[in-house]
Amino acid sequence: MLDLVLTQTLNGLASASSLFLVACGLSIIFGVTRIVNFAHGSLYMLGGYLAFTVVTWFGPADPLGFWGGVALAVLLTGLVGVLIEVLILRRIYQAPELFQLLATFGVVLMLQDIALATWGPEDKLGPRAPGFRSFVILFDNRFPSYELFLIAVGPVVLGLIWLLFHRTRWGVLIRAATQDREMVSALGVNQRLLFTSVFAFGAALAGLGGALQLPREAINLHMDLSMIAEAFVVVVVGGLGSVTGAYLAAVLIGVLHAFGILILPKITLVLVFLVMAAVLIVRPHGLLGKAGVEPRGHAGQLFLLSPADRAAKLFGAVALGLLALAPLVVPDHLVLTLTDLVIFAVFAASLHLLMGPGGITSFGHAAYFGLGAYGAALAVKWLGASMEPALVAAPLMAGIAGAIFGWFCVRLSGVYLAMLTLAFAQIAWATAFQWVDLTGGDNGILGVWPSAWAVPKTVFYYLALAIAALVILALRVIIFAPFGYALRAGRDSPLRAEAIGLDVGRLQWAAFVIAAIAAGIAGGLFAFSKGSVFPTYMAIPRSVDALLMVLLGGVQTVAGPVVGAFAYMGLNEQLMKLTAYWRFVLGLLIVLLVVLFPRGLVGTWLFWRARRDGAASATAAA
Amino acid sequence: MPAVLEARDLARSFGGVKAVDGVSFTVDAGQLVALIGPNGAGKTTCFNMLNGQLKPDRGEVMLLGRPITGLEPRRIWRLGVGRTFQITATFASMTVRENVQMALISHAGESWRLFGCAADRRGAAADALLAQVGMTSQAERACGVLAYGDLKRVELAIALANAPKLLLMDEPTAGMAPQERIALMALTARIAKERGIAVLFTEHDMDVVFAHADRVLVLDRGRLIAAGTSAEVRANPEVRAVYLGSGATSGGH
Amino acid sequence: MNIDRRSFLAGVAALGAPSLARAQATGPIRIGEINSYTAQPAFLKPYRQGWELALEQINAAGGVLGRKLETVFRDDAGKPEDAVRHAADLATAEKVDIIAGGFLSNVGLALADYANQNKRLYVASEPLADALVWAKGNRYTFRLRPSTYMQAAMLVEEAAKLPAKKWAIVAPNYEYGQSAVKWFKELLLKARPDVTFVAEQFPALGRIDAGATVQALEAAKPDAIFNVTFAVDLANFVRAGNTRGLFEGRQVVSMLTGEPEYLDTLGAETPEGWIITGYPHPDLQTPEHVKFRDAYKAKYNDYPRLGSVVGYETVQAIAAALAKAGSTDNEKLVDAFEGLKLGSAFGPIEFRKIDHQSTLGAYVGKSALKNGKGVMVDWSYRDGAKYLPSDDEVRKLRPAV
Repeated sequence: MLDLVLTQTLNGLASASSLFLVACGLSIIFGVTRIVNFAHGSLYMLGGYLAFTVVTWFGPADPLGFWGGVALAVLLTGLVGVLIEVLILRRIYQAPELFQLLATFGVVLMLQDIALATWGPEDKLGPRAPGFRSFVILFDNRFPSYELFLIAVGPVVLGLIWLLFHRTRWGVLIRAATQDREMVSALGVNQRLLFTSVFAFGAALAGLGGALQLPREAINLHMDLSMIAEAFVVVVVGGLGSVTGAYLAAVLIGVLHAFGILILPKITLVLVFLVMAAVLIVRPHGLLGKAGVEPRGHAGQLFLLSPADRAAKLFGAVALGLLALAPLVVPDHLVLTLTDLVIFAVFAASLHLLMGPGGITSFGHAAYFGLGAYGAALAVKWLGASMEPALVAAPLMAGIAGAIFGWFCVRLSGVYLAMLTLAFAQIAWATAFQWVDLTGGDNGILGVWPSAWAVPKTVFYYLALAIAALVILALRVIIFAPFGYALRAGRDSPLRAEAIGLDVGRLQWAAFVIAAIAAGIAGGLFAFSKGSVFPTYMAIPRSVDALLMVLLGGVQTVAGPVVGAFAYMGLNEQLMKLTAYWRFVLGLLIVLLVVLFPRGLVGTWLFWRARRDGAASATAAA
Repeated sequence: MPAVLEARDLARSFGGVKAVDGVSFTVDAGQLVALIGPNGAGKTTCFNMLNGQLKPDRGEVMLLGRPITGLEPRRIWRLGVGRTFQITATFASMTVRENVQMALISHAGESWRLFGCAADRRGAAADALLAQVGMTSQAERACGVLAYGDLKRVELAIALANAPKLLLMDEPTAGMAPQERIALMALTARIAKERGIAVLFTEHDMDVVFAHADRVLVLDRGRLIAAGTSAEVRANPEVRAVYLGSGATSGGH
Repeated sequence: MNIDRRSFLAGVAALGAPSLARAQATGPIRIGEINSYTAQPAFLKPYRQGWELALEQINAAGGVLGRKLETVFRDDAGKPEDAVRHAADLATAEKVDIIAGGFLSNVGLALADYANQNKRLYVASEPLADALVWAKGNRYTFRLRPSTYMQAAMLVEEAAKLPAKKWAIVAPNYEYGQSAVKWFKELLLKARPDVTFVAEQFPALGRIDAGATVQALEAAKPDAIFNVTFAVDLANFVRAGNTRGLFEGRQVVSMLTGEPEYLDTLGAETPEGWIITGYPHPDLQTPEHVKFRDAYKAKYNDYPRLGSVVGYETVQAIAAALAKAGSTDNEKLVDAFEGLKLGSAFGPIEFRKIDHQSTLGAYVGKSALKNGKGVMVDWSYRDGAKYLPSDDEVRKLRPAV
């Protein structure tokens, strides 16, 4: 038994190494540039593919060929990092950090298709490392010598980074910038060069992580997303900006994973997220994180939120009128598309309540959409409910979840809060996935069709449109009501809000519940529109969809998320029909949009209009 | 009748360093009291124990004879304490009027209402407060774009929204031009007298202190070393030693 | 990338052209094909090539019912809700006559439910879920590939002959993996009541922690291992297992491993002597298969994968049903599909009337190394018809029709 425990610990440590390399690059980039680089997993994947190509080319049997190939792959990945920084990120350092996140997500999509086009769809099983092909006997078990090598890589890299940070001017600058970015720019350091070099360094570390997987795992097109989620977890559990924290967290997660496999094999699906939730609830800034090393928050990007003027109201009324008349003119299939769009508009608007007035970023809003859908579907499947009561069950279930999850989340702030929402969403997803008896697992629940009167597509469209209009209007009323103002007050200045008697935590909690209820309504409608529910409804991509919709439209405006929902989902659907490389095109469009319209669609429009009118009051310096 | 504010033997240490060590004083209605001292004397710590931001290790804070020690800031506000901050804290996405309306709405216990337009509530009262601080002409502007001196006035209007019995002002004139400082404190003094509000403020600018404070409290290394009128404090040799020794006299930082 | 460009252009052309010809009964017969092209490219790229080969051949021979066949491809990105959306869009906007496709089980089940609700024929090519034709089976859904049950049954037949008594299991943590395990255990216990199952590992799909998983299996000291992992999980599992000696002195029975899609990746590391299901394309010399393989090689300059066969035969089956029905009317097509008999690259098959499952079989053999590449040896064809439960049992398994 003891030998098994020891071997499994070593296995965990070996897995921790690559995780650490990627996470520590992510953490260093974040520390200096404050960019949450979603594309870091893609750089890891790229490192793997590049190593495969270069090593194969150099000849894998020769030690120089192999290790030289790995080194070259690392350099190339660093170069790709330079390209990304110079071509894209450099142009958007002044944009709100969520837009930077959006841009890096665009890069993820582009790199996915670039890798597919370059290396093809087959998995690439790389050569073994010369000198580390065999095994040693440890605790009566064969243990691969390459895994021992990997175990050593983690602490060695950690030590080298420590030396770099404490013994070189560049490293000292990085540490200084991590603590106080303004100070570094005041010192007269060439900030551009610093940022580019840091991004290249972080990218190279990710590339090293990927390249070192070559002898261990097949390189494949799914490496990027499976890595980025875990790397985020490691960074957050370790504490943002802390390299040592990242190592501790990687080891913690690697080892727990190895033991999870022994004890509860099916838990691997959520284990990392359970760990993260537990750590964040106990330590709101991660294991070694300090308060203050966080994104800049909303300072400097606060718009005056004014109620719609006559033109905007007219525009809204005309848009609603057009939507109401649409089924009379457009063909049937477009009615289906419009139904989806209307539902997603509600979903986006619900997230906007949190992100806009609430100032809370949620990476896991799909949880409430999905739980709404499951609330409705479970009511149909187990209680034999018809559509009408099931549509009530949807927001109920989502709202209860929102109350429970939100209670923990509002205790944190910034990226930590966002990651806790993600953890809860993953836990909800895993529950739906794993609790097969209740939810049907990944086969979902089928046969969730509307009541007979609502079966015709046009009728269901009107039902969805009516509910959507009501919910969006209600959210709007709430935003301009005292509650919405109080919520916004807590976002603008928590200090002042508390000093005028507002309980910011409870206001945010209530906003969580309201947003969850609205998202649940959207989920319920979606379930009946599709006739089925699946765990994918609350998977990460769905949460990302919601973020993209809100950000594309613009966080600062009430109409933004609705416009964003139509723009994003409409685009997405058209692209998927048009080309096999829709991800590349979508990613490119997202990047272009962020670079050209850093305020989102509606935000940009308002900004232009304000400039035209010369009304300086419409915007604070963004 | 008890004093509006009474501090009894307040003390607080940070990691063995006694930031405030047994401070007692009172502030009466309509009185402007200045809390001064060199940097690191414990002014901010003392202030934060009064407004609920920090819990004291020892001692008590009484508001009109009622203990408020250790209460959360928002509860203390509910009991009638208004505050302004060293670095102004207002709501940048709201207009000047809306900022004041927000405070009035909260005071009226309406901040949880989900319906009805907030901008239509308590407008008249907000305008009255803005008129008092001379900000009527800028009521429609966004707080995010105001000049610093104007922001300070808005803060004052917000702080007056709950008809406070006590105003706590942390460095109310920091970052302002000398002319503006005098004007703001004159305004504060007038309002305090009219409404019978007790005001406690910390201040670096001795001109402001000696021009407006009815009483001056001097802190040094966590202890109260002198208390009295401007003239008395100015004459106090210990105070002179502290200020000459530290090099700071007037003109702020 | 030539092929992709070509198919892309074809797709664009298909999008633009149809509106002209759509309403005319003399225009092409349209098939709407939905699959997880971007999510599962390794299987589906050859699949689509096989599909397009069949279209080309049929149309070159004059089409069906005097009309050409035409396909509109859609990518569901692995999400069932997107698949359903595409199905509705294909049916209403593109006016396709038939809906086909599906790779993932949940996508297949969602499409089957859509088909049932809207009374549209759905020809499932690939999804393996048993529920597709049994628990959730319906009048409008037919499936070509042998189901999870059938493939598990084929392997159990071999597994039961092994002396092994203590079995360990590793399977991906989703429906396919779970039902493969369920059937394997149930059927093996029926054949061999003396066996026990000593360890079960369910790594997340595509994210196996191979070292730790291998160690956990090793710790149980099984006599034999049943593996359901495939693709990248399989490659990682095999490499870790080889280094750590997990497979030494142990029998391994493994689902799908012999499919070139997965076997080719293993290359020189292919473990020898595993009992696997798959597709021995270089050695399969039946005239039907040689004809298919030569045509495929001529068109694509590449050897066919199992996906190619599935894509190819799906089109052939649809064409055969159209010819039998003499119409594109879906009700008539459903009737034609019931009991439809046709030849295939693997031999004659039939779409069973009782549960709409085709009797397409699979090859069971052993893995071996030849010139540094993985191959199947000692293989034989297992006709799907022989690995299905009795009609009485099927009726119990398929409650609602």
